[in-house]
Amino acid sequence: MGETIAEKILARAAGKKKVDAGDIVDASVDLAMSHDNAALVSKVFKEIGVSRVWDPSRIVIVLDHRVPANTIKAAEAHKSIREFVGEQGIKHFYDVGVGICHQVLPEKGFVRPGMLVVGTDSHTTTYGAFGVFSTGIGATEMAGVWATGKLWLKVPETFRMIVNGKLPYMVAAKDVILHIIGEIGADGANYKAIEFYGETIDDFSVASRMTVSNQAMEAGAKAAIVPPDEKTIGYVKERTSKEVKSVFADEDAEYEKTFEFDVSDLEPQIACPHTVDNVKPVGEVEGLHIDQAVLGSCTNGRVEDLAVAAGILKGKKVAEHVRMIVVPASREVYMDAVKKGYIQVFLEAGATIVNPGCGPCLGAHQGVLAAGERAITSTNRNFKGRMGSTEAEVYLASPATVAVSALKGEIADPREVK
Amino acid sequence: MNVKGKAWVFGDDIDTDQIFPGAYLTLTDVEEMGKHAMEGVPGREDFAKKVAKGDIIVAGKNFGCGSSREQAPIAIKGSGVSVVVAKSFARIFYRNAVNIGLPIIECKEVEKIHDGDTLEIDLVTGDIKNETRNLRLKGTPVTSLEFEIMEAGGLIPYLKHKESMR
Repeated sequence: MGETIAEKILARAAGKKKVDAGDIVDASVDLAMSHDNAALVSKVFKEIGVSRVWDPSRIVIVLDHRVPANTIKAAEAHKSIREFVGEQGIKHFYDVGVGICHQVLPEKGFVRPGMLVVGTDSHTTTYGAFGVFSTGIGATEMAGVWATGKLWLKVPETFRMIVNGKLPYMVAAKDVILHIIGEIGADGANYKAIEFYGETIDDFSVASRMTVSNQAMEAGAKAAIVPPDEKTIGYVKERTSKEVKSVFADEDAEYEKTFEFDVSDLEPQIACPHTVDNVKPVGEVEGLHIDQAVLGSCTNGRVEDLAVAAGILKGKKVAEHVRMIVVPASREVYMDAVKKGYIQVFLEAGATIVNPGCGPCLGAHQGVLAAGERAITSTNRNFKGRMGSTEAEVYLASPATVAVSALKGEIADPREVK
Repeated sequence: MNVKGKAWVFGDDIDTDQIFPGAYLTLTDVEEMGKHAMEGVPGREDFAKKVAKGDIIVAGKNFGCGSSREQAPIAIKGSGVSVVVAKSFARIFYRNAVNIGLPIIECKEVEKIHDGDTLEIDLVTGDIKNETRNLRLKGTPVTSLEFEIMEAGGLIPYLKHKESMR
């Protein structure tokens, strides 16, 4: 029987010829990512009693969650991380302002097809867009990885998801993945690896694939892998000179399930409060008054996302009662958006641009919601209380839907834009 | 290894923002964290005040979905809860619970447990005795490796122990 991508990557990482779904393997990780919670990881690491991390060159730390520090506690946590990376000789440290970890790692050339990456963030699945097995773990587990370079993993069963059809006007990757989550449920892929195939995925840019792999975590996926192609290799080779060894599934690989989606008639999708699988076509929620519109994040804060929103907002003004917040995913994205004139468009439309980071998405700062308020956002989670008050409502949508809703002051259909 | 306590019943898809709201993420003291356990669940805001040491959380599917924050299981442990029984756990929560030493059991028959029932649970076999309703339910315990980690008190004491044996 052939092997899936997950099985091949985990077999290589465990130093075995072959592993099967269900096996528990002791895997050596290729890269270990942490963000602000590196403060907690380093605290736990010190408790183990090992003096040095296993390999400082394989650890990447990006400060993005509470940047610039919003409280004294956050500032102290950042300070402790800076001290730790100094002590341990961790060179791959990106301080406040570089960007959101899931954008920074691919941008800086750390992510290559076939790798095993773990990160102390649930949306670490994002790197699956590059043919990587990457998954989120907790801080204690990461402390173990820093000490030993290894962790135990259960080899997951794999779901094959085939997406076909040319997307209609103003319908994008975010709508596709929200639709899939709505169909399979918030735990539909719990513990499973997903491999994405089909002409829609082939047509997607690298950025759109990142949206899919990032958001797929909200169906519980352990890894959300897009097999690499020339677009992937092109992106990676521009950013690293390291060798690229793509991993593909065998023709006769065993999948637990195969799902097929035809998206040629897909409508813009909205994930309604308070679970990501509460997905409806935009028509069912159109007209709902909004107080805030958030464009950006690790899910949808790349240049193509800002471009589509800028196209909609150009020469227009956001509704008077709406606070529109734009969060570019990284400094590189931000600078590109400045050059292309998108930032000017957003400012003229009345939006507030905040520095690259996680701020409003996790309700830490930079735009938390009051009780009774409603937001539409291109981020990835709409849990109760996620963006502030537990009495607020969060609706997830594509950048196009967010932009057109900001203009109208209510949830609106981007297909109306001519 | 048996535990006994009163059941607190929760629904499906209880996410990490409900278990431990993001606003408290800068807290580091386990007992302090325990005071906010389950605070984001509507109608259960005062859970941490009312829960007694040894009590048991019983939940539906996908318990602990969302963020990778291990403060979620830590806060539950800090509140005095002895074990979480759920129809299913979200993947990262499951691993974090093992790694910080919070016992967990999967059980497909959680509907047979009601709020306030007294349960006795064997953490090794996964057997659940509902004393209030005189029912015996079958749960799935963690694997032997996971139990070893959990029994050591979590991954750190486990690794320390392994280190000292080298």
